[in-house]
Amino acid sequence: MSAVVRALRPPLGVLPELPGAAYLLALLAAGFSLASPDFLSPRNLGNVGLQAAALIIVSLGMTLVILTEGIDLSLGAVLGLCGVVFSLLLVSQGSLPLALGAALLIGLAAGCANGGLVAYAGMPPFIVTLGVYGMAQSIAMVLTGGNSVTGLPESVRWFNEGVWLGVPVPILAMAALFALTWVLLYRTRFGRYVFAIGGNRRALELAGVPVRAWLVAIYAYAGLLAAAASFIMTARMNAAHPTIGIGLEFDAIAAVILGGTSFEKGRGGLWGTLVGALAVAVLRNGLNLIGLSTEWQVAVVGLVIVGAVALDALRGRT
Amino acid sequence: MIAAVQRLPAEVLFVVFTRTAFVAALVVLLAVASPHFLTTDNMIIVLRQAALQFLMAAGLTLVVLTGGIDLSVGAILGLAACVAAALIANGLVVLGVLAALGVGLACGLVNGALVAWVGIPAFIATYGMLWVAHGLGYVFMKGEVIHGFPAGFRAIGAGFLGGIPVPVLVGAVLLLVLHVVLHFTRFGRALYAIGGNPVAARLTGIRTRRVLVGVYALSGVLAGFAALVVIARTNAADSGTGEELLLTAIAAVCLGGTSLFGGVGGIVGTAIGSLILALVVNGMNMLGIATLWQAFAMGAIVILAVLADVSFKRRSS
Repeated sequence: MSAVVRALRPPLGVLPELPGAAYLLALLAAGFSLASPDFLSPRNLGNVGLQAAALIIVSLGMTLVILTEGIDLSLGAVLGLCGVVFSLLLVSQGSLPLALGAALLIGLAAGCANGGLVAYAGMPPFIVTLGVYGMAQSIAMVLTGGNSVTGLPESVRWFNEGVWLGVPVPILAMAALFALTWVLLYRTRFGRYVFAIGGNRRALELAGVPVRAWLVAIYAYAGLLAAAASFIMTARMNAAHPTIGIGLEFDAIAAVILGGTSFEKGRGGLWGTLVGALAVAVLRNGLNLIGLSTEWQVAVVGLVIVGAVALDALRGRT
Repeated sequence: MIAAVQRLPAEVLFVVFTRTAFVAALVVLLAVASPHFLTTDNMIIVLRQAALQFLMAAGLTLVVLTGGIDLSVGAILGLAACVAAALIANGLVVLGVLAALGVGLACGLVNGALVAWVGIPAFIATYGMLWVAHGLGYVFMKGEVIHGFPAGFRAIGAGFLGGIPVPVLVGAVLLLVLHVVLHFTRFGRALYAIGGNPVAARLTGIRTRRVLVGVYALSGVLAGFAALVVIARTNAADSGTGEELLLTAIAAVCLGGTSLFGGVGGIVGTAIGSLILALVVNGMNMLGIATLWQAFAMGAIVILAVLADVSFKRRSS
């Protein structure tokens, strides 16, 4: 094994400090455009962008959480629950602001529960968020009886099909939330603490920073972003299904890791996540185009994430 | 390691006390709520359910004792169930049994290599394996269901021996074997040592990487073994088999008092945790609560059990 590590290190060291996702994205794009003439068509690339929008939004929150050496396995299930509540309220009450507000509140509450248990109780993040995953999933199933919520008003489709200033709404929403998260992460105290909590939490605590409260805010922000992504997902399906988000947290974790954000010491950043999410979206889209079934995609994406983390771990060795 | 041992009595007392109180409250509540609860027939149902849950959580317990986690146990169980079912339904029982154990061993070895040699955090390596195994299960089954196994094979899941369900006997034997392995072998002591302090364990001469690969491999094999009992019991397998078992298995381990930080706990606790979970599920059925709530109950139990232990540890330290 160590021989493999030695053999791999020189070529990996020569490469510039780009996230692995950039190479993967270039490789995938080249491969798929050779394998399928449809891949580079404007229509297909537009599709990739639309499909990637919800994933990128969820991945933004996941990046912040992972930068603090945490993880949020509940985001997919929370997204599903938000979509269900949003749709149920919209169908029964007919009020868009009420439905939007309730869904955002659920995302916020789930995030606060995650963050509170991680920060104040000192529980491992993966176990907290796994528990919340089960609870959110169960509530979504109970609310819908396991069925889809249909009969949404036409106006909801605007979240997916609408165009504003010549740009599709999902892309616009994604860009706006990316910009917001970028400013938060790189231009505010919130962002500096995100990196510092991952880098050296103890030092931050000794400096008198209320680290716990900031941790809750980070998980809460991730929950809010999941709620925002649920509007786009619901509009795309024109229905809400309780299990729609299951597995999305996995794609988001893949995007973050491919983007070069590490589970240790607060290394990484948002641009890497953007490229990583695009790589995951292109991978799924390309596998579709060349006719590989959804079943295979699950296994392939799983292999890619493990491979990416393994490379990252091997490269980080001294 | 020494700190872990000194901490042990208070922690064990706390776990034993809270769990006994929980079981007692549950039994009284259910006995009052339903006249069917305290019947022999229902007790046999509870015991069999507990045994199945114990089989799924047993391997995970060993991994958690080293301070690791195996999020792929449910998915490995599902994949092993699918492969075994395809062979066994065609009459190839021995080959099917070997395939289930082989699938579990292969997945477990990959997990162990990723954690011990490559150095990936356990929760992320096994989370990747979760999706790889699920994906392969889907590919293998193509959405179909395999059912109808030979009666001889079905006996290990649905049969009785002297009035006792076979899975209960299988679970009891496994409990005994793993308890002996944990407390009377070098491998078992190494698991506790690694969970207590991995650096100290290595310095005392324990080959920590080899032990870690071994424990993840064992967890995989036990998941494959549990898959056999599960499909023998349900007489069917599809690609969704095992999907909901992860939370249940983690709940059984946490309820059993095994610390997620490693080094503290044991297999007997997991058996008790499984029994509690079986009582909860049985009670929910008795009280007519929809099965859709079960995932909620499992999630809440995991969080409450870990919360109780973490806050107790904090107050005592």
